Amino acid sequence: MTQAVSLEYVLIVAAALFCIGLFGALARRNLISMLMGIELMLNAVNINLVAFWRYLEPSYVTGQVFVLFIIAVAAAEAAVGLAMVIAVYRSRTTLQADEVDSLKG
Amino acid sequence: MQTTVLILFALITALIIGSATMVVTVRNIIHSALWLITTFFGIGALFLLLEAEFAAVVQVLVYVGAVAVLVLFAIMLTRNVDGQGQALLFRRWWVALPICLLLFGAILVPTFVNQSWNSVLPVATAPGAPSNLAGSLEIGASFMREYLLPFEVVSILLLVALIGAIVIALEERERSRRVLTLAEEFALKSASAQAAPPEAIEASSAESTSEGKSE
Repeated sequence: MTQAVSLEYVLIVAAALFCIGLFGALARRNLISMLMGIELMLNAVNINLVAFWRYLEPSYVTGQVFVLFIIAVAAAEAAVGLAMVIAVYRSRTTLQADEVDSLKG
Repeated sequence: MQTTVLILFALITALIIGSATMVVTVRNIIHSALWLITTFFGIGALFLLLEAEFAAVVQVLVYVGAVAVLVLFAIMLTRNVDGQGQALLFRRWWVALPICLLLFGAILVPTFVNQSWNSVLPVATAPGAPSNLAGSLEIGASFMREYLLPFEVVSILLLVALIGAIVIALEERERSRRVLTLAEEFALKSASAQAAPPEAIEASSAESTSEGKSE
């Protein structure tokens, strides 16, 4: 892998995935779709960490350990975020982010 | 061998980018979640290609096994999943597009310009000799040694987050809740079958009556 594909191409894949996820988190109206965009961004960060571990410091565990921590935090974030989505849906019967505007002046 | 790895990398990359694009563009949110699962599998395959087996297995276990199922449950607990008659994006979504493209460019420039990644040269090892890659054994040992405190903190964070999720999503009292469960709708419908049915229940309980008839 390290001889066949150079590090830059893996980084490009991660950057593209991050930007697609950012667009999903910024532009989609549906709250669940926004959370899915955030998941894509976290995955892009994981790709970067694994790539740097593999190409630059393959004998240290730090890269993979941080990937596992990020996966755990992402799972916690998804659980809390989706619980909030369900609570919002129960009280407002909508999932569109711009229709939840009680604080709008 | 190198050509095979290159072709595999190209295929996995196309899978990841293509399905991620589908996640943010597809209108039906269930299809969006299924494309998200495809993306997670592609990222797991990329981890395998990068020889991070433990991260790949955890990726499939946690993301495909837990997070995707959580997303699907959240979709099932809400309605209007096909998104018909509602705008897909915000009205000012064109502001987000240049932000993403600019960020992509801003990441690419320092990646390529004036940057020589000092990649580790492949060490010529005899076949059968132990590789210098950190594997599952080293990861497990490091969780018990230098990363013991972060490991415990993350486990407490997960516990607290899951308890918080339960508290947030807990059923509220019926007065403060506008969405009825299917069982409550059915009970209301059957109770109002003798009396005159109120109009508010009529529209929302159409599906529950059809289920009741089929049973």
